[in-house]
Amino acid sequence: MSVLLSQDFTFIVQGITGREAVNLTRECLDYGSKVVGGVTPGRKGREVHGVPVFDTVEQVVDSLGYVPDGSVVTVPPAFTKDAVFEAIVRGIKLVVIVTERIPRRDVAEMVELADRNDARIIGPNCLGVIVPEVCKMGGIGGPAKDAAKAYTPGSIGVMSRSGGMTTEISSTLTAAGLGQSTAISIGGDAIIGSTYAELMPLFEADEQTEGIVIYTEPGGRMEAQLSEWVAENDSRLPIVAFMAGRFMDDEEMKGMSFGHAGTIVEGKEDTATEKIARLQEAGVPVVERIDEIPDAVKDKLGAKV
Amino acid sequence: MRFYEYESRRIVERAGIPVTKYGFCTTADEARKAAEEIGGSVVIKSQVLTGGRMKAGGVKFADTPDEAAEHAAAILELEINGHMPKGVLVDPKAEVAQEYYAGVVWDGTRKRPLMLFSDMGGIDIEEVADKHPDHVGRGHLSNLFDPPDFRAKEVIGHTGVTGSALTRATPILARLARLMRDYDMTLAEINPLARLEDGRFVALDAHMEMENEARPRQKPLLDDLGIEPTDTREPYEPSEFERNVKAIDSADHRGVIQGKDHGFAGNLGLVIGAGGGSLTLTDAVRSQGGKPANYTEIGGNPSVAKACGLAKEVLKKDGVEKIAVMMSIVSNTRVDIVARGVIKACLELGKDPAETIAVFRIPGAWEEEGEKILKRYGVEYCDRSVSMWEAAARAVSKIQEVPA
Repeated sequence: MSVLLSQDFTFIVQGITGREAVNLTRECLDYGSKVVGGVTPGRKGREVHGVPVFDTVEQVVDSLGYVPDGSVVTVPPAFTKDAVFEAIVRGIKLVVIVTERIPRRDVAEMVELADRNDARIIGPNCLGVIVPEVCKMGGIGGPAKDAAKAYTPGSIGVMSRSGGMTTEISSTLTAAGLGQSTAISIGGDAIIGSTYAELMPLFEADEQTEGIVIYTEPGGRMEAQLSEWVAENDSRLPIVAFMAGRFMDDEEMKGMSFGHAGTIVEGKEDTATEKIARLQEAGVPVVERIDEIPDAVKDKLGAKV
Repeated sequence: MRFYEYESRRIVERAGIPVTKYGFCTTADEARKAAEEIGGSVVIKSQVLTGGRMKAGGVKFADTPDEAAEHAAAILELEINGHMPKGVLVDPKAEVAQEYYAGVVWDGTRKRPLMLFSDMGGIDIEEVADKHPDHVGRGHLSNLFDPPDFRAKEVIGHTGVTGSALTRATPILARLARLMRDYDMTLAEINPLARLEDGRFVALDAHMEMENEARPRQKPLLDDLGIEPTDTREPYEPSEFERNVKAIDSADHRGVIQGKDHGFAGNLGLVIGAGGGSLTLTDAVRSQGGKPANYTEIGGNPSVAKACGLAKEVLKKDGVEKIAVMMSIVSNTRVDIVARGVIKACLELGKDPAETIAVFRIPGAWEEEGEKILKRYGVEYCDRSVSMWEAAARAVSKIQEVPA
């Protein structure tokens, strides 16, 4: 098995006629994903790589005769909240938000509405989710042939605040003979739909997954939350972490922002040093190099037996 | 973005929260007039975007308008933590019975705004929370409903405050929560919130920070405060390199490039991306003894002109001998386009690409084409079999070969 996606998973693309969305649709179809419809207001009747376009999610549902499992939202920031509300209210349970630069008030509203409707949001500012050789939902891994180079089926769950690093890490695992059960680009913003700790129970319940690799950055409390989760739940899954942005701890970098919107250090708990200490205290080794990840994972998996 | 105190006071006032009669002045003469108008003793406060102004001598009391002018003149000249003040705020010295704290911040873990209130105002809320946790009331708000008064009342009630202080402070905290939401603040704080001898509450100081992403939709407020879109409120003045990179980026909508060099002073130019990749690569260079001259982020498939422009700016920096062109595996940005851009930059500056490009490590989309182009100019191409760490190591060893 895997988490979030499966062989029969169906999804739509909201904002499907945009330049990036057209590419994304092509990539997902090529990978074998079931893209069953698209929405762009005013473009009803068109097709994008054979996928029918509608004005509303309601029309897609009426035409299909069922509610698709997910939606990839790639519309401009000012319209994202409305698009996500539309998807959730029409019954879609998994929403991947690709759009970046969405004010966090909007994100928080979307997440609260999702919670009330038993729906889940991945992102914003993310590349989506991939289950190797099964389904790719979003731009993750790029064109199907590139995604196939980096991602292979296996037992490691990958979660990353950086979309590009999701692929870099998975590719490194693949080269070392470690495939992935599911790789999730969770998004780089200060508030996101699903954090590491919120996704851990899914991996925990997934038989295929035997270990977890996370990519983290300074900023926010997401790693502290994961450390708490690990301490409170007797998880069967060993976790290996990689922390980027250690240089931001330097005195001359104080108050500066790098990388993702969520990377800005706002408090004492946000620094790389603090996060590394916290994770290690919870039994999560934090490696310094990406190429050290496979050995650290193998160590952990070996220690378990 | 952070607001000056005088702006924060205006924002608070707009939200219906009482403030004292104050004046924002940019000259000693204006300060004298403001003090005359206010009458009685006044406080003169430096308007800088940094903390610690009290300690630095940026806050002074005056009993007469002449004294106010004198202090204002001195404070206007006073640099605090490397910042020159934008002006001074002249404020009446209030007859304060008690100081409180009222604030609303984001709780990223719960993904909801958090209201905070304390009956120990005037000092840092973190310090109060640490030493006197029973004097801090807290309460989360729903994102989907208007912040209700009763939640504010509960939060104030947690600190043991009752009587008319409770009923008067309640609408202030509720209004603060609404303004935090309506104006997309990441932080909205009144500290101290003063109860005067006559029982009235007034905001004596306020601290507001707005999310940068929300600036476009908050244009009416920003216009009203006279804040130009170009006023980015970075914690430091942008360098020539940073300004130039920004100009190159805005000249073309395809792809995004960003560059920073504040705090960097090395000899190895970095042409790196994307968000997470840049953080990882900067660490890898530094951990192996390399001295980056700058930081960059490339993403979203920039044009050749953009990649070229960025590489040129990096190469033009003082002391930069070589550039390292590195990214994590790309799926959108094209390897061949970045390759073309950086080679063009070298050639246009009269440099040999094979000598100047210490390492080129970008695996992913269009990598075969990229490799071909690089080969033509004698630049070695590193694919995904060369790790990010190893690529950084190669760049560092090449720059160390350069005779000083």
